[in-house]
Amino acid sequence: MAATATREEIEGRVFKALEEFGAEPDQIGPDAEFEAMDVDSLDLVELAQIVEDEYGVQLKGEDMEGVKTVRQAVDLVMSKLG
Amino acid sequence: MTRTAVITGVGAVTPLGVGARTLHERWSAGVSGIEDGFGRASEFEPTDHLSVKEARRSDRFTQLALAASKEALEDAGWEDGPPGDPDRTACIIGTGIGGIGTLESQHIVMRDQGEQKISPLSIPLLMANAASGVVAMKYDLRGQSFGTVSACAAGAHAIGMAERLIRYGDADRVVTGGSEAAITPLATAAFGRMDALSDSGISRPFDRRRDGFVMGEGAGVLVLEEEEAAKERGARILGYLRGYASTSDAHHLTAPEPSGRGAAKAIELALKDAGLKPEDIVYVNAHGTSTPLNDRAETNAVKTAFGDELAGKLPVSSTKSAIGHLLGAAGAVESIATLLALRDRIAPPTLNYEEPDDGLDLDYVPNEARPLQNGEVRAIGISNAFGFGGHNAVLCLEAS
Repeated sequence: MAATATREEIEGRVFKALEEFGAEPDQIGPDAEFEAMDVDSLDLVELAQIVEDEYGVQLKGEDMEGVKTVRQAVDLVMSKLG
Repeated sequence: MTRTAVITGVGAVTPLGVGARTLHERWSAGVSGIEDGFGRASEFEPTDHLSVKEARRSDRFTQLALAASKEALEDAGWEDGPPGDPDRTACIIGTGIGGIGTLESQHIVMRDQGEQKISPLSIPLLMANAASGVVAMKYDLRGQSFGTVSACAAGAHAIGMAERLIRYGDADRVVTGGSEAAITPLATAAFGRMDALSDSGISRPFDRRRDGFVMGEGAGVLVLEEEEAAKERGARILGYLRGYASTSDAHHLTAPEPSGRGAAKAIELALKDAGLKPEDIVYVNAHGTSTPLNDRAETNAVKTAFGDELAGKLPVSSTKSAIGHLLGAAGAVESIATLLALRDRIAPPTLNYEEPDDGLDLDYVPNEARPLQNGEVRAIGISNAFGFGGHNAVLCLEAS
């Protein structure tokens, strides 16, 4: 399953998670900053858990450092999928 | 000069519905919130009161506390946080167990799916101080905040501590109360295994046939403010928290001391703390759980504290007859019920009371509310709360 995930799929899954976390739908987009959406460190741990469940990619705390936008998060997942 | 704590706002979510006045009006009318042997807060919809994020970030006990706090703060006329220095605004909210629903569901996740699947929100949701922390964060209350944990006395202990913060000058206002959401499979089974729960599913405090308590859930929150500060901002004053005292039975892990010694002492000390005499009290809101042991020991305690003659004339009723036992929320919800009853100068009824028991011979206000006879001048009452562990807490309230 990991190898077949496209960028669009991962981005869509992240968007869905952000909505579940309580972010306003009209704020959510590729370049939206997590902080602006009131998405904090606890949400990001949950996001990492979702990504691991769905794509088999393990994200550690240090991987997430400096990740501020949806695009950066998706880039990170894509790079791990290699 | 003595600093006095006044009550400027109240909020409650209970099995009788959402709202402190809903609780008061429905209980006074003899309505029961108990269905199928449980007192569920079934009219409470979290997203009616909380954002998606707030609801996700809180166990049900915190959700209930948030809704009750919102009502209490609006009732007190607070807009966008405290009406004074946030650093001098405190938040104390008690609970018996805390987020046990989260604990149980996450344990199932760990057992069935492994520890990697445990939610990172588990601890912040289940911790017993979550309600006080979340309410303080939401309303920018930067003074002391913590939870009190003393089983079914936790809500009363929280309010008593809040009164002390104001009296001793540690805070000028406190958001305080109790919250509980423990109608969960484990907690229900565990109380059942102790033989504490009613087999009949009927809460009938002081009645001969009483056979245990009915589990309830909900939250009660009060806004206490220092009297002069409250007057200065033109706040409406609902009443006064005149006195508080707390004792321990030092007797048994769960059973009350049969003579009611510790409970009587708490009542006596609360009156002394308030500078009042037994004859100043016009209404007693009993802990009245509907367990064979509590209701007998509490009756003894009231007689000891007030003397047989005075005790026999005092209206004594149990809110738990209408909503069940809200555990750590009970003391807070029942303080609110006491205050609103005193304001209306009525004694709400003990529902389902039909058959007197030997030695339980107080005036339990059976089944119908009644005007308070001696409340014309000053309407002052006490609210009792006793918890497993032998904790006794008594609050003395006066309606304005």
